[in-house]
Amino acid sequence: MTVAIGPTFRLGVRGLLQHKLRAALTMLGVLFGVSSVVAMLAIGEGASWEAQEQIRQLGSTNILIQSIKPAEDKRATGQNQRVTIYGLTDEDLDRIQETVPDLRETVPVRELRYEVRYGKRMVRPRILGTLPNYFDVTGRRLDEGRLLCDDDHIDASNVCVMTSDIAKILFPFETSIGKIIKIGAEAFRVVGTIQPKTVNIGPAAAAKDVEGEVFVALRTVRRWFGSVTAKLRPGVREFELVELHQIVAQINDVENVEASAKAIREVVSRYHTDAKKDYEVVVPLELLQRARETKRIFNIVLGSIAGISLLVGGIGIMNVMLATVTERTREIGIRRALGAKRKHIILQFLVETVVLSACGGVLGVGLGIAIPGAVEKLANIKTIVTPAFPILAFGISVAVGIIFGIYPAWRAAMMDPVEALRHE
Amino acid sequence: MGLSTVDPVALFEDVRKEYPMGENTVIALDGLDLRIGRGEYWAIMGTSGSGKSTLLNILGCLDRPSSGRLTLAGRDVAALDDDELSELRNEAIGFVFQSFNLIPQLTVLENIEVPFLYRRTAPVDARKKAIDLLDRVGLASRMKHRPTELSGGQQQRVAIARALLNDPALLLADEATGNLDSTTARDILNLIDELHAEGKTIVLVTHDRAVGERADRILNLKDGRVAGIEEMRQSAAGSARR
Repeated sequence: MTVAIGPTFRLGVRGLLQHKLRAALTMLGVLFGVSSVVAMLAIGEGASWEAQEQIRQLGSTNILIQSIKPAEDKRATGQNQRVTIYGLTDEDLDRIQETVPDLRETVPVRELRYEVRYGKRMVRPRILGTLPNYFDVTGRRLDEGRLLCDDDHIDASNVCVMTSDIAKILFPFETSIGKIIKIGAEAFRVVGTIQPKTVNIGPAAAAKDVEGEVFVALRTVRRWFGSVTAKLRPGVREFELVELHQIVAQINDVENVEASAKAIREVVSRYHTDAKKDYEVVVPLELLQRARETKRIFNIVLGSIAGISLLVGGIGIMNVMLATVTERTREIGIRRALGAKRKHIILQFLVETVVLSACGGVLGVGLGIAIPGAVEKLANIKTIVTPAFPILAFGISVAVGIIFGIYPAWRAAMMDPVEALRHE
Repeated sequence: MGLSTVDPVALFEDVRKEYPMGENTVIALDGLDLRIGRGEYWAIMGTSGSGKSTLLNILGCLDRPSSGRLTLAGRDVAALDDDELSELRNEAIGFVFQSFNLIPQLTVLENIEVPFLYRRTAPVDARKKAIDLLDRVGLASRMKHRPTELSGGQQQRVAIARALLNDPALLLADEATGNLDSTTARDILNLIDELHAEGKTIVLVTHDRAVGERADRILNLKDGRVAGIEEMRQSAAGSARR
């Protein structure tokens, strides 16, 4: 078609500018449709990234058994000294190792809270007493120095590995390797740093920021800090006795995770018969499946919103363009008399419709990029906007313009020139 | 006699046009024969309902005869499809309407350039040609104005400039002075006379006898038939034809 697109395009823009409010209102439908498309894709992408990241960090073949503190008994609050015993024990670990099939490795973890000091600097990270195979099983990566080794555990040596984020706080201007720090009252030598976690899972997942971690051999923790932690509050002294806070069980194959999780739940529940549950079993694979299901529902909801607003927006555009065509009947007659073919008239109105919907599309892309940002801040949901989303959404807005612009443009083109010229 | 050997601009041969009107059929043109030669200046007159508008629409390729044959600029109109008719309008016909029919959202210059938009190949010096034509009708200083900012006479001059853009074989004026006061109307008719003197073929539809008398010939239409042809200015027309 030998039609000058430039003048046609300018003409379309000018046609729209004649009725600015009308054009702006017409754009809204496309705007909301396009922005929900972008938001939907961004939230979906974020969710799938997060799920994959969880799997990467926790391992899809891992099962986590964690101690949780049972809800406090209100009637017991009168006492000013209490000892709460709960959670996983070394016996639980042994039973799991003996009875659960397809087990590759198990890692016990004991968790404490102590101040960690170097000179005047102080942090309050989680202190994790564990075995050297922890890093391998959970896929944590070394940053500097070395990880804990078997000798550290056997000798119960005072060495530790910390995450690089707290290493930066304690040692802002120097290397942490080889430095002596204090955990509580005990002195430890830093032998290595590892990369911090970027996502959290389980009971701590609600916490917005992931705190730093310091890793010490399990025997070292038992040797210096025992199994009892004390909490002092005004008038009350509270003691907690927890042998193990977490057991990570690695299964030999993804296929067997489901069966092993069932076996673990069974074996642990047999010895934790209290009415108040003091442990939980977290299966990352199940979390992934749940995340996928959530994402699917989210996509259906947002996809429907996007689809409906695009449909309504498109109908609105068609409505306005039909009115415009009627208004400009005489102009159509003039152009036909001056030699415009039907395709010229179709193109003129189609370009005008597409300009209208594409403007809505551009604004919608802007809003659509802003929404995931807001969602991330307010709802704490991870979102990712890839360059493809705005392009796709903009393409959809152009498609809406073409689909809903064809009929009005065709109506304009099929007018009888004589009738059109007579139109007042 | 020598004139008849030259190809006519338009040749009507037994042209009929019927419109269905409810259960009846209205006959707007009833077997019209007419030959419009190159460089001629015709006025078509008749009462309303005589078929003037229908004749003009068919001559302007906006409408097709129901039967009979119309040859326009050497082409058989009945054989052309919608696109080819559009092309023929674009290349061979210049329209001047009673109500000017400029496009309000375009500037004066852009209005004149509209016929270029629909040409298969616009000339390289398109803009210069449009400006020259605007100069020709004495409105070069108004090229950036909107039609609504011009007087009726000025708008009609712009419309004439637009009609001349593609050097049409035929200039069709439909009551071109109907919306103008007598002084302005005279200016417009003088301009049309000038164009005739330059060799343009002109067909002017009017119900005003005084306007009609400025043409070489007056065709009187009645009930879709030729009621008579009056030769007005033999000598002047002859000199124009040379």
